[in-house]
Amino acid sequence: MTPLTEQDSPGFTRGYRLQHDKVRDQWLIQAPERALIADPIAAIVLQLLDGKRSVASIIDELCSRFDAPRETIAHDVMALLSGLIEKRVLRL
Amino acid sequence: MTTPTVAPPMSMLAELTHRCPLSCPYCSNPLELERKAQELDTRTWKRVMDEAAELGVLQVHFSGGEPMARPDLYELIAHARHLNLYTNLITSGVLINSDSMRALDEAGLDHIQLSFQDIDQKEADRLSGFKEVQPRKLEAARLINEAGIPITLNFVLQKHNISRIPAMFQLARELDAQRIEMAHTQYYGWALKNRLALLPSPEQLQEADRYVKAEEEKGGLAIDYVTPDYYADRPKPCMGGWGRRFINISPSGRALPCHAAETIPHLSFENVRETSLSSIWYQSESFNLFRGTTWMPEPCASCDHKEVDWGGCRCQALALAGKANLTDPICTLSPFHKVVETAVAEAQNTEPQTLHYRKFSS
Repeated sequence: MTPLTEQDSPGFTRGYRLQHDKVRDQWLIQAPERALIADPIAAIVLQLLDGKRSVASIIDELCSRFDAPRETIAHDVMALLSGLIEKRVLRL
Repeated sequence: MTTPTVAPPMSMLAELTHRCPLSCPYCSNPLELERKAQELDTRTWKRVMDEAAELGVLQVHFSGGEPMARPDLYELIAHARHLNLYTNLITSGVLINSDSMRALDEAGLDHIQLSFQDIDQKEADRLSGFKEVQPRKLEAARLINEAGIPITLNFVLQKHNISRIPAMFQLARELDAQRIEMAHTQYYGWALKNRLALLPSPEQLQEADRYVKAEEEKGGLAIDYVTPDYYADRPKPCMGGWGRRFINISPSGRALPCHAAETIPHLSFENVRETSLSSIWYQSESFNLFRGTTWMPEPCASCDHKEVDWGGCRCQALALAGKANLTDPICTLSPFHKVVETAVAEAQNTEPQTLHYRKFSS
C-alpha cells in the first residue's frame, strides 16, 4: 500500500461513515456489524474529510483552530488517517 | 418496572417476513412461521424505525425469511438511511438481479450479508432445498461487487461442509469480501430438530478450528468465527445478554429479546402495533424478565462469569433443561450439562439422517 501523503484526499469507504449519536452524545464510525467510537479529536478531523479535500488543507484548518505547532498536528492527523486506511475504513 | 440503568438498544433485527424461497433445515425462524397476511405494512415498519432511531438504535438488520420477498424493502431501506440508521441486508441472494441490485444501491444500502450453504453445488442444493442455488448466489455476489456495496459472506457450518472450509475462504478472497462469517449451526428451532444430521463430531470441530486459525494467520480478511455451543465450557452471551443490545421485531410486529424467545411458554410479547418501542424496551415484562443478573439461579448467581455470559441462552435452557430460567446447560457447571454430553456423543453417528426442511405448518 502506498503511504499517505498530505496531497491525498481520503474519504470514507462505502459501508463506513461518521455520525453523531445524539442519544449517547458521542461520535461513531458506523461499520459492518459494529460501531467504533471516535474520540472527540478524531471526530473533529474526520468531519473535515469529504474525499476531495487534501490532508494538507485539513491540517492547515486545524492549525488555525488549535494552538499547537503544525508539525505536531500533522503527525497526529497522518497517524489517525493512515491507521484507518489500513483498516479500510478510509480510502485514498 | 423501569430500571434506570438500562442502556438503549444498539441494533434492531427487522424480520420483514418469514417467507423464503429456500427451506434450510437450520433456519433460525421459529417452527411456527408467520404468514404473509400477518405481516406489518410499510407504514408501520417506517414508524417502528422512527421510534428505533429515537430510542438509540444505530443499526438495522433487514432479515427474514428472505427480506427481498417484500416489495417495499427499498422504501424501508431509504427510510432507515434518512434516519441515519446503518442499513444491513441479510439475504440468500436468490432474488438479486440487476434491477433489484440497482434499487438497493439507490436506496443507500450500507452493507450486505450474503448467505451460503456450501461451496459444493449439489450440497448447497440439498441443504437449501432450492435447485441450482449456488450459481445464483455467485451471480448475486458479482452484482453486489459491481455496485460497490461491501459484502460479508455468511457460511453456516455443519458436519457435511467442514472439509470445504478452505474453499469458502478462497471464495471470500476471490470476491474481495472484507468479512466472512463462519458460523457453526446454533441448535434451536429447526436446527434442533435436525441436530443429529448436522452436529459435527469433536474431531470435525478441531478440523474447523485449524482451518480458521490458518486463515487468520494470512491476514487481510476479517473472520467472524462462531463456535458451536455444544463444544464450549461456558455458554455464549446470547444476543449480548437479554434486553441489553438487541431488539428483534417479528414479521407480525412482536418485539422479542431474541428471535427464538417465542418458544418460552407463558411469556407474552408486546406488539409494535399497540405499544411503543421505548415502552417495550424499558417497561415490558418480557424484556425485563431475564435482564441483568437478579433473575439468575445458582450456579449463575454466585459465578464470576455472570456479567460475561449473562447466564447464556434462555431458549437453550428451555429446550435442553425444560425451563427458561435455569442456567444454560451448555455450561459445564449446569446440573443439566449431561444432556449436552449425550448430544455430542450422538454426533459421532455417521449414518445418513433425513433432513426436516423448514416449512409453513398446514
